[in-house]
Amino acid sequence: MYNYYLVIVLAPLLAAVIAGLFGRRIGRSGAHSITIFAVAVSTALSFYVLYQMYWAGAQTENISVYTWAVTDGLRMEVGFLVDRLTALMMAVVTFVSLMVHVYTIGYMHDDDGYQRFFSYISLFTFSMLMLVMSNNFLQLFFGWEAVGLVSYLLIGFWFKRESAIFANLKAFLVNRVGDFGFILGISGVVMFTNSLDYAEVFSQADAIAGQSIEVFGGSPWNAMTVICILLFIGAMGKSAQAPLHVWLPDSMEGPTPISALIHAATMVTAGIFMVARMSPLYELSVTALGVVIVIGAITAFFMGLLGIVQNDIKRVIAYSTLSQLGYMTVALGASAYSAAIFHLMTHAFFKALLFLAAGSVIIAMHHEQDIRKMGGVRKYMPWTYITALIGSLALIGFPGTSGFFSKDLLIDAVKHSHWHETDQLIYWIAYLSVLLGVFVTALYSFRMFFLVFHGKERMDAETKSHLHESPWVVTVPLVLLAIPSAIIGWYTVTPVLFEGYFGDAIAVDASRNALAEIGREWHGSRALLIHSVRTPVLWLALAGAATAWFLYLKRPDIPETIKNKVEGLYNVLDRKYYFDDLWIKGFGGGGRRIGTFLWQKGDELLIDGAMVNGTANAVARLAGIMRQLQTGYLYTYAFAMIIGLTALLGWLTWLK
Amino acid sequence: MLFHSILFYVFATVMIGAALGVVFARNPVHSVLFLVLTFFESAMLWLLAEAEFLAIVLVLVYVGAVMVLFLFVIMMLEVTIEAVKSGLVRYARLAIVISLVMAFQLIQLIWFRGSGGEISGGFVPNPEGYDNTKALGAVLYTEHVYAFEIAAVVLLVAIVAAITLTMRKRPGLKVQNIAEQVAVRAKDRVRIVKMDAEKKS
Amino acid sequence: MIGLQHYLTLSAMLFVLSIAGIIVNRRNLILLLMCIELMLLAVNFNFIAFSRYLGDATGQVFVFFILTVAAAEAAIGLAILVVLFRNRRSINVQELNTMKG
Repeated sequence: MYNYYLVIVLAPLLAAVIAGLFGRRIGRSGAHSITIFAVAVSTALSFYVLYQMYWAGAQTENISVYTWAVTDGLRMEVGFLVDRLTALMMAVVTFVSLMVHVYTIGYMHDDDGYQRFFSYISLFTFSMLMLVMSNNFLQLFFGWEAVGLVSYLLIGFWFKRESAIFANLKAFLVNRVGDFGFILGISGVVMFTNSLDYAEVFSQADAIAGQSIEVFGGSPWNAMTVICILLFIGAMGKSAQAPLHVWLPDSMEGPTPISALIHAATMVTAGIFMVARMSPLYELSVTALGVVIVIGAITAFFMGLLGIVQNDIKRVIAYSTLSQLGYMTVALGASAYSAAIFHLMTHAFFKALLFLAAGSVIIAMHHEQDIRKMGGVRKYMPWTYITALIGSLALIGFPGTSGFFSKDLLIDAVKHSHWHETDQLIYWIAYLSVLLGVFVTALYSFRMFFLVFHGKERMDAETKSHLHESPWVVTVPLVLLAIPSAIIGWYTVTPVLFEGYFGDAIAVDASRNALAEIGREWHGSRALLIHSVRTPVLWLALAGAATAWFLYLKRPDIPETIKNKVEGLYNVLDRKYYFDDLWIKGFGGGGRRIGTFLWQKGDELLIDGAMVNGTANAVARLAGIMRQLQTGYLYTYAFAMIIGLTALLGWLTWLK
Repeated sequence: MLFHSILFYVFATVMIGAALGVVFARNPVHSVLFLVLTFFESAMLWLLAEAEFLAIVLVLVYVGAVMVLFLFVIMMLEVTIEAVKSGLVRYARLAIVISLVMAFQLIQLIWFRGSGGEISGGFVPNPEGYDNTKALGAVLYTEHVYAFEIAAVVLLVAIVAAITLTMRKRPGLKVQNIAEQVAVRAKDRVRIVKMDAEKKS
Repeated sequence: MIGLQHYLTLSAMLFVLSIAGIIVNRRNLILLLMCIELMLLAVNFNFIAFSRYLGDATGQVFVFFILTVAAAEAAIGLAILVVLFRNRRSINVQELNTMKG
């Protein structure tokens, strides 16, 4: 198996290097052939590994590939920890990546940076695989930063656009804030365990939980709480949780395949994966779980609301991604890690599908992304329409689709979570957020869906005359993603959530294991499907969809009226709760002002002026005085000697 | 002992007078001659202090050689007298102040800060048969023999330095270069020219 | 009774005189050299007096060496002076201000 792991990881890297460095020599077809081949190999092997792990009963493997450095007992290694969690993530990552690779042939067809793009996405696949397969914190951090780097490169892929450069810089900087917390968290782990290896750290987890650390002088905190919150700050950055979510909507400046692969399906879920991976640590700190669930709840509900007012097709989906990531985070905070990962998986499929469908529409519309200028696309693009419908239904959790199982059980897990006993406030925040979020999700999903595919054809005649279905390289990935989006939940929900698929990869404290409680009354997918009629979740989703239908198809004049009625609220939503202002004007501007102040006063005046040049000036001035003494005349020196002699004599005579 | 004291005061007075002359004489030649007198008188005083060898050396070496050297140089350089002494009055006041301060300090040191009566008495007479030259030689050639040799080297270096500093080549001076003369070869001097025999016309 | 103090006083007077000479004579390098000779003489006086007072011949050995060095110094000093005069046609100290950085 060891060789398989190496091939899975290194094949995309090799392809990325070849496509990146020799892109001009191998040409366009060479670049996409080699990268797709490499990712296909990875995908095949990943599925083989998944098969081995689940069906053939292979054991968890913890392999050290290479010892990079050993300092003071701290081993820095490259290694693979392959268990069922990893295997699932590998399969999802490589599969979505492969679909996006194929799709890119069609989407980037006319772009000059064709080879570069393939090189980047292959590199991303490599980085993401390194992240999920890591067996230690250092490699996790490497993967974490590498996917961040590729994300940065790809958001700014069209680097001649002002907005793209702004967006990728924003993404990079906001992620730095999260990474700061993340690396502090890793440092905390090293500080308490002197080890980077997962297995060793987890085995010492109880010891950490028993210790305390003074963060702000005077008040001791539980060490585990501090570490977990710091690591979660990293996850907030990468998985775009409020208030570090601001970069994700802007990252839509990148090409659509990237939005699908990186900013919806895989990279942004790294934070969720990381927290699930660290479940043995998080389980020991109720405080940290509280932070996680509250942040998640806020993100899930409020970011969803923003989706309603957006007009850019990709941004609507971006806010939906934020909202769904919030759901996953809530599940993490409710100790339902399996539910979070399950939702991560289904979300990866249907969100990638939605993005790719949106991309398909965007190609057809000649890179017009404003949904107010679309409408009635359904009859021109049947495949895209069907797949987008499946994606949207999965997103709102229509019974039977994969999203239904993952979201319904996620909400159920939150409903039954231990927070009900321990902290009512947090419980209700989380539960109401995810519950009401369902309505909001349905509303914005179908608002977009109806505005794009139904209703009046609002595009101009020129665009309309060129409107046609996308080529097969675009539609085939759509179909291939639509299939798992539609059905995968049905087959996988029982093993993943209730039959202990994850085994010991995820640790849950028995007193908090809401999923296990649900599992006792679990009667299979079919039973859930029937049962769903009696839950508010389904009705809320349908109500949302119906509202969207009513507002945007039946009576398109009402939204405008509502908008004018509650202008204040609309403005708040339109300005995204002023988070951008907070970060850019508040922190960014404040930082710049502090920087300017320090630069002008601290650097130029104090250091340059007073200290550096000041020293020289003082020496020069002193030397100017001293120079008067050094006349060059012999008698001056003789006289100085005589004065000195007199002084010496005076000392001898009177003072000694 | 009274005679001894009288001699001391006479020599001392003359010496101080001569030293004043060195400093304030208008003519440098006079200055040198006053300096000679100063040295001479101090040699007398050294004799009184029973440092006979050094007294003789002072007269022979200093007065005989060094002072004469000074005299030669002054006469050779022909420095104009008026120019030399024009700054005298200008700095006299400063000189007097500093000198008085320093003199006051020194007197205080010698007469009041010293260990009182211990040094105020006269010199203890030397033992019978004391030979200053022999005593000096005994120390000089035994204990201080290395210093003595270094002093010899210092003198040698001084000679070499003085000669190299003052020696100069006069332009247009015709001298032989022996090395070149010895190293000369016949082919440098004789040029054999091949010529055709005279043609018949 | 002539003793150590008298000789020291005499030496002090000689020394002070030579100091005054150095201050006063700013025109002539030769006179400066002569004042230095006087100063050395004053020092020698001290050595001789202490040597006599302590009955130790080492003091006189010092005088011997000082005389040697003073002779060498006078020879070299005068040589420099001659070269200086040859180059600048003057031994006026106030015209020599090259001794600065």
